Amino acid sequence: MAKVTVDGIEVEVPNGASVLQACEAAGKEIPRFCYHERLSVAGNCRMCLVEVEKAPKPVASCAYPVNDGMKVFTDSAVVRQARRNVMEFLLINHPLDCPICDQGGECDLQDQAYAFGADGSRYTEAKRAVKDKNIGPLVKTVMTRCIQCTRCVRFSAEVAGTAELGGTNRGENLEIGTYVEKALTSELSGNLIDICPVGALTSRPYAFVSRPWELKKTDSIDVLDAVGCNIRVDARGPEVLRIIPRVNEAVNEEWMADRGRFSFDGLKRRRLDRPWVRKDGKLVAATWPEAFSAIAAKLSGLSGDRIGAVAGALADAESTLALKDLMAAYGSTNLDCRDDFATIDASRPDFYRFNTTIAGIDEADALLIIGSDVRREAPVLNARIRKRWTQGKFKVGFVGPRGVDLTYPATYLGDGPAAMSAFAETLKGAEKPMIILGRGALSRPDGAAVLAVSWALAAEVGALKPDWHGFNLLHLFGGQVGALELGFVPGQGGKDQAAMLGGGVDALWLLNADGFDPARIGADTFVIYQGHHGDAMAGRADVILPGAAYTEKEATWVNTEGRAQRGRLAVFPPGEAKEDWRIIRAFSEGVGKTLPYDDTAAIRAALAAASPVFGRVGEVQRAGCADMAGPAGGSVSGVPFVLPLPVYHQADVISRASDVMAECAAIYGPAPALAAE
Amino acid sequence: MALSDKDRIFTNLYGAQPWNLEAARKRGNWDGTAGIIAKGRDWIVEEMKQSGLRGRGGAGFPTGMKWSFMPKQSDGRPSYLVVNCDESEPGTCKDRDIVRHDPHTLIEGCLLAAFGMGAHAAYIYIRGEFYNESVTLQAAIDEAYEAGLLGKNAAGSGWDFDLYLHRGAGAYICGEETALIESLEGKKGMPRLKPPFPAAVGLYGCPSTVNNVETIAVVPTILRRGASWFSSFGRPKNSGTKLFCIQGHVNKPCNVEEEMSIPMRELIERHAGGVRGGWDNLLCVIPGGSSTPLLPKSICDDVLMDFDALREHKSGLGTAAVIVMDKSTDIIKAIARLAAFYKHESCGQCTPCREGMGWQMRLMNRMVEGNAEIEEIDLLENVTRRIEGHTICALADGGVWPVQGLIRHFRPVMEERIRQYKARTMPMAAE
Repeated sequence: MAKVTVDGIEVEVPNGASVLQACEAAGKEIPRFCYHERLSVAGNCRMCLVEVEKAPKPVASCAYPVNDGMKVFTDSAVVRQARRNVMEFLLINHPLDCPICDQGGECDLQDQAYAFGADGSRYTEAKRAVKDKNIGPLVKTVMTRCIQCTRCVRFSAEVAGTAELGGTNRGENLEIGTYVEKALTSELSGNLIDICPVGALTSRPYAFVSRPWELKKTDSIDVLDAVGCNIRVDARGPEVLRIIPRVNEAVNEEWMADRGRFSFDGLKRRRLDRPWVRKDGKLVAATWPEAFSAIAAKLSGLSGDRIGAVAGALADAESTLALKDLMAAYGSTNLDCRDDFATIDASRPDFYRFNTTIAGIDEADALLIIGSDVRREAPVLNARIRKRWTQGKFKVGFVGPRGVDLTYPATYLGDGPAAMSAFAETLKGAEKPMIILGRGALSRPDGAAVLAVSWALAAEVGALKPDWHGFNLLHLFGGQVGALELGFVPGQGGKDQAAMLGGGVDALWLLNADGFDPARIGADTFVIYQGHHGDAMAGRADVILPGAAYTEKEATWVNTEGRAQRGRLAVFPPGEAKEDWRIIRAFSEGVGKTLPYDDTAAIRAALAAASPVFGRVGEVQRAGCADMAGPAGGSVSGVPFVLPLPVYHQADVISRASDVMAECAAIYGPAPALAAE
Repeated sequence: MALSDKDRIFTNLYGAQPWNLEAARKRGNWDGTAGIIAKGRDWIVEEMKQSGLRGRGGAGFPTGMKWSFMPKQSDGRPSYLVVNCDESEPGTCKDRDIVRHDPHTLIEGCLLAAFGMGAHAAYIYIRGEFYNESVTLQAAIDEAYEAGLLGKNAAGSGWDFDLYLHRGAGAYICGEETALIESLEGKKGMPRLKPPFPAAVGLYGCPSTVNNVETIAVVPTILRRGASWFSSFGRPKNSGTKLFCIQGHVNKPCNVEEEMSIPMRELIERHAGGVRGGWDNLLCVIPGGSSTPLLPKSICDDVLMDFDALREHKSGLGTAAVIVMDKSTDIIKAIARLAAFYKHESCGQCTPCREGMGWQMRLMNRMVEGNAEIEEIDLLENVTRRIEGHTICALADGGVWPVQGLIRHFRPVMEERIRQYKARTMPMAAE
């Protein structure tokens, strides 16, 4: 530790810390543009200059290491003058177009010019202008505003791992761009908007839409992948206008993926905003009582084993529990939450969770990825793996289709289950080996065997230890793990999804279940579709119950680690749509099978009783492996793995309804691995 | 008293003899190299310290001390010597002639210097425009390899040493040591933050020392003839001989090796045939390459050419490129041209340099015409002060010093220009 005196305040900081960190420890605010905690230090904006005793010149505090006994001054005349100087230089070629700039109101340059700048400019020469670059449908550029801090360059090279941005020319003519103009290929490109301290990189879909002070900001959870990114939903009136990430070191640090960030315009399109009932083969608009009585009439004549329910990828935990309880009231054990036919063994939580935890990736020293394009299935988690890789001594093996670019080098082992053993020796040599099994690798006839073989491999290579759990299942969407935690799987004598389809049941309640082809449902099966988007499955329904999307309800979501997190209502559901668990609760009352909860607190108590996961919201209990016995399986086939999300930008009902995502899908096309087939 | 021929280090500076190994050996290069190495690494570094040699690239940092910063014991990483032959300072052309006519002084120096800092490999980064010179230097390196002077057991010394030549692409900033390292690594030539200094984390993350060509090329002679011989020239702390590049409005522009601390007037009159039109026709001299502030005739009359004497007059020895300007010079235009050069060569990394150099140039361009207000001279001065000392590297400092020198010594000329412009344009405005 080094003792540093900042403006007379003595602080202790670790050796090797920067002067800037020491100043922050002392509670002193140091203005900065190029410095960012999660990126390498560039030291080029010169805004963070401070005075250090005995140094001949002011030093860049972000890059200057502390010494024991150092005296730092952050508010001396020299420092104030240095900041004013830099501010003046930054502004001479800046267009000062704040009134028409989308960054206005949340702009570092604006804020710091107010705090540290002078009141006028002495620059009377011609200003520089820079041609805007087209870097794709998500990030809008106004390059004249750029202050060349190179945060975006470092982000794309270091965090996203795509190294697509750089500086061309030099001096006054230094321009940030992609050299040859092209659309960014990173799934994390939206984060460039957040890290850009000025209005050079802004959100294209949000361009000229709103001002930050007009927005109602609601903390919530992203459910469009299974990472559970912490987000803030910014809304005005009934509309979600943008979604940005919040900091959660254990989950998403401060990043989020593009699908979660930009598909919110899908929340306004193809919405189910009123109940529908099929009459004479045609869906006609109905009222809630009509819809409920249609369902009640159908269900009353059926025995429990002829009724089934499927919870899908975007179902929240509250409604899943309510549906499970309703089915129990009807005497049905035909439940399934694996609408993608993934043969997940729900008998023990560590068979289906990401046991290492996301933060635990930082400790791992070898990784085998089986049948998962982590970069597209969980971009933020992939960035965490990449971060671990950049620290060195980390070997990665990959089993799956050829040509998958994970943004870090991985040894290609083969395309089928047989290939995974080729990495066993490397994993054995590691102290904390990890295996990530993609959920897509289980959606196949021999899925159970793949799961069993993967677990056996983990056990063999020493990934399962009392103090280290290296077996991980990577899910795809925010609702999948919650349903597993609630045991929304076939009960005693119950049918699984495959058995329910094709006429296995006479009435099928689909809660956000869009993961399979509607044609597989038996022609005579009565389908109740509860969801928020009029996607293919709604077209097959006999009764449609309009539910709320994730931004429109108070709901609990469980991420791939088994971390329960609360989403909050940012806007109200459209039209007559309702919060999902309340729909089920209302129906249960109508048919005389009243569920024992009638407010949020009560159903959350029921959730906590159903699984301890819901009792510790926001946390995850990281544990080693106590029981080496693996899931049951058969023998694996040699069939190559197929990736589950052929088009990254259109993977769920919300992103499929989004124009922005449609544009992305047209530009970026299907994943290369599939295009090659 | 002038430097006598027997004390010259660069005996083939004018290319009177061939540059090749055979001729170089006749001139005394590669004589007893193994014997010097046998005296040990510490002896070499100590001898360099005793000689008082200061870096010849411009900053004048004591060479022996710089070498002593290199780790004595490797922590597993190799050490590197990097030789800066990116000679781009306007007015400077000494390294080019060394490489052209006397490359073996440099190559031998590389071996001795590398041994002195425990490096088994050295890189010479040569300016891209020096195409013919790079061909010569590469041929000389090949020759030395063939003769066993480089490679395994270099020159029979028992020290393995490899020397690589790398051509730059012609950016001034790549002559800055850390930008040079970046460029050598294949990246964009942008200076790195210091600390860490190259002696701790340099080329490819390994301990490195970057030295100028002239600094390295004088090493063999110093070690052969002894530190006290070298330090007998010049004033204390400014010892040795030095290559001066004299140009501009002189009768016979030339490169010449002279004793340090020679009076400027004597240097110009003895070697360059004097100022065009006589000493009294002198306007000013830029004493050390474009980035050092100019000195008016009154100072030039008796100033000595060494680090400390020029510093006393708020200028510097720099690379000892003496740019002489007589009274026919439009001094504002001359300095404006330098401002344009520095604006063009700024790498664009640091805000003050990136934005400030363009501002300075534009103001200077108006000053050339006189299309400005008198107060704007103060603004210009102030802008240069705001740039200076606020950046990662010294390019910004070097870029504003010429303008500061101009304002310091020729402010009346600038004011007169503005008045003339107003007198010329005002009547028209009144019409």
